[in-house]
Amino acid sequence: MNAIYGLFPDTDSARRAMSFLRRESSRLGIRSDSILLMSAEPLQEEAFGWKEQHSPMPWLAVLGALLGGTAGYALASFTQRTYPLPTGGMPIVAMWPTGIIMYELTMLGAIVTTIATFLIAARLPNYKRRLYDPEVTNGKILVGVSDADPDCRAELQRRFHQEGAEEVKEYSSS
Amino acid sequence: MATTSMEQAVAVNRKADEIRQDLLRSVFFTSKRYYILVFVLIAFGIPGLVAYAYQMWNGMGVAGITRPVFWGFYITNFVFWIGISHAGTLISAILRLVNATWRRAVTRCAEAITVFALAIGAQYPIIHLGRSWLFFWLVPYPSQRGIWPNFRSPLLWDFFAISTYLTGSLTFLLLPILPDWAMVRDRARGLRKRIYSVLSLGWRGTPREWHRLEMAMRIMAVVIIPVAVSVHTIVSWDFAMAPVPMWHSTVFGPYFVAGAIFSGIAALIIAMALIRKFLHLEEYLKPIHFDNLGKLLLVFSLLWIYFIFSERLTVWYGNQTSEMAAFWSIQRGRFAGLFWTMVFCNFVIPFPILAVKKLRTITGTVIAASTIVIGMWLERFLIVVPPLAHKYMPYDWGSYRPTWAEITITAGTLMGMILLYVLFAKFVPMVSIWELKGGSHAAPVAEPSEAAAAPAPASFDGTVPSAND
Repeated sequence: MNAIYGLFPDTDSARRAMSFLRRESSRLGIRSDSILLMSAEPLQEEAFGWKEQHSPMPWLAVLGALLGGTAGYALASFTQRTYPLPTGGMPIVAMWPTGIIMYELTMLGAIVTTIATFLIAARLPNYKRRLYDPEVTNGKILVGVSDADPDCRAELQRRFHQEGAEEVKEYSSS
Repeated sequence: MATTSMEQAVAVNRKADEIRQDLLRSVFFTSKRYYILVFVLIAFGIPGLVAYAYQMWNGMGVAGITRPVFWGFYITNFVFWIGISHAGTLISAILRLVNATWRRAVTRCAEAITVFALAIGAQYPIIHLGRSWLFFWLVPYPSQRGIWPNFRSPLLWDFFAISTYLTGSLTFLLLPILPDWAMVRDRARGLRKRIYSVLSLGWRGTPREWHRLEMAMRIMAVVIIPVAVSVHTIVSWDFAMAPVPMWHSTVFGPYFVAGAIFSGIAALIIAMALIRKFLHLEEYLKPIHFDNLGKLLLVFSLLWIYFIFSERLTVWYGNQTSEMAAFWSIQRGRFAGLFWTMVFCNFVIPFPILAVKKLRTITGTVIAASTIVIGMWLERFLIVVPPLAHKYMPYDWGSYRPTWAEITITAGTLMGMILLYVLFAKFVPMVSIWELKGGSHAAPVAEPSEAAAAPAPASFDGTVPSAND
């Protein structure tokens, strides 16, 4: 993969560069999914020309919770039926205490699903060599284009500088 | 106009640089004082390990627990540490949900307390077992031993509650650390760089990653609050489900939860004051943080005294012979000294300090918090021991006196808790850098002319670009 990117000192200049890329995307042959953005803190996505798409993460957490609760009931009831242990005149599978186990495993299911969904959706962990610049954690905002048309690179470089990029770099994975 | 904007940007960046340098200093720079502190904590912690080994070798006879008081220091410590663990995740989650901006500097200190206090607290049932190497018998799984867990036992509920809370708290602590670990990775060299590269999971700060992280944190904040409440409620049921005088009470659940948050906030204030002092974070942990936490502490001090009064009034009014024996032993018998010390520590001393604005300074809140931590440990002791010492028939009454082994193990685990916290502060910035920076400057504002000229926003699924992947 090849890329050209600029490191911008603040959100205003980065946003201007993003606006330029979006505005001129058809002329420069830039696909929207080849525009790069990285920052050291969350940015207001809409201000950068993106809108947040509906994520299934909360619903998956609910599903995980339901599965957890079901697993809790299965574990408690299976164990108690397999080894009946009369206690204090209570039924062998008593719903009050089983409800506590179900509750805790419901929550555990939601937690574990959230962790798993986060890792999968954010595509982490990922230790492959990918485009990145350590200046991002120094507060710079990286805006760039991957696999840009070689004819457009000079214009992109010039425009990134014009919009306030402190540095413009090229990246090649090869 | 453009110049002003540029000047503002420069000022913001300079401020952000300062924040990064200040908060990363403890990770990259290790003073002699730090090594001395670690050495001292280990030196004072080792006797605890020796005492524990001695107890395992010689059996539970070396502890002071004996008929009829089979729960002593270890269970007191268990309840105490689980209570302290309510400092972090619960408070952090509530503040996150209500979007309290002042939380940014506080949350990580708090969340770390939760994880380490839970880890320490969970040791105590194992220490209390005597034969600790058989601790896995606590784990509820069908086995070939022919010993099957009793799901109607509150002790088993503890296992599920604490495991869930520990998993949730650890997640709640670790997820927002990822961007900060990436920051350390980008500045480190050699082995440290490799370690932080692995820890940060390849974090780059793409919109997809930020979006998913924030969403995961929102979900976790919603989930973790009922879990935290359930944990201490279930710990209270270890007592309330038993027909022991002064234990069999419906108010124990909320009473324990309120007490847990109370002691947790107190521990958090002490930890924050120490971090502020030793890591020189005066710029970030400000008097306002202590003032706000002091107000919370005041509310919980009032809530605590309400519960104490309510619980005792009901017992006194019921006037049942068995309960009154335990009741009077606490109010004016051999445990009265501890009881009134507890009331002084939890209410009489902290209330005026926290209620008067002039006294609610950093020093004031730390003094109040210190007395509260002592008072809450005494409270746990008074819940556990006196009722067991006065169970129903007078011929079965007894007493309890902790031995050197119990005291040494207790002190050792305290040192262990502090050591874990100190080591954590070495590997992780104690204030969340990205969250703090996120609150340090104004949000970007779209320029209408450009927005109008730009094509309709592309669909953002948090994905950016294949190239980002």
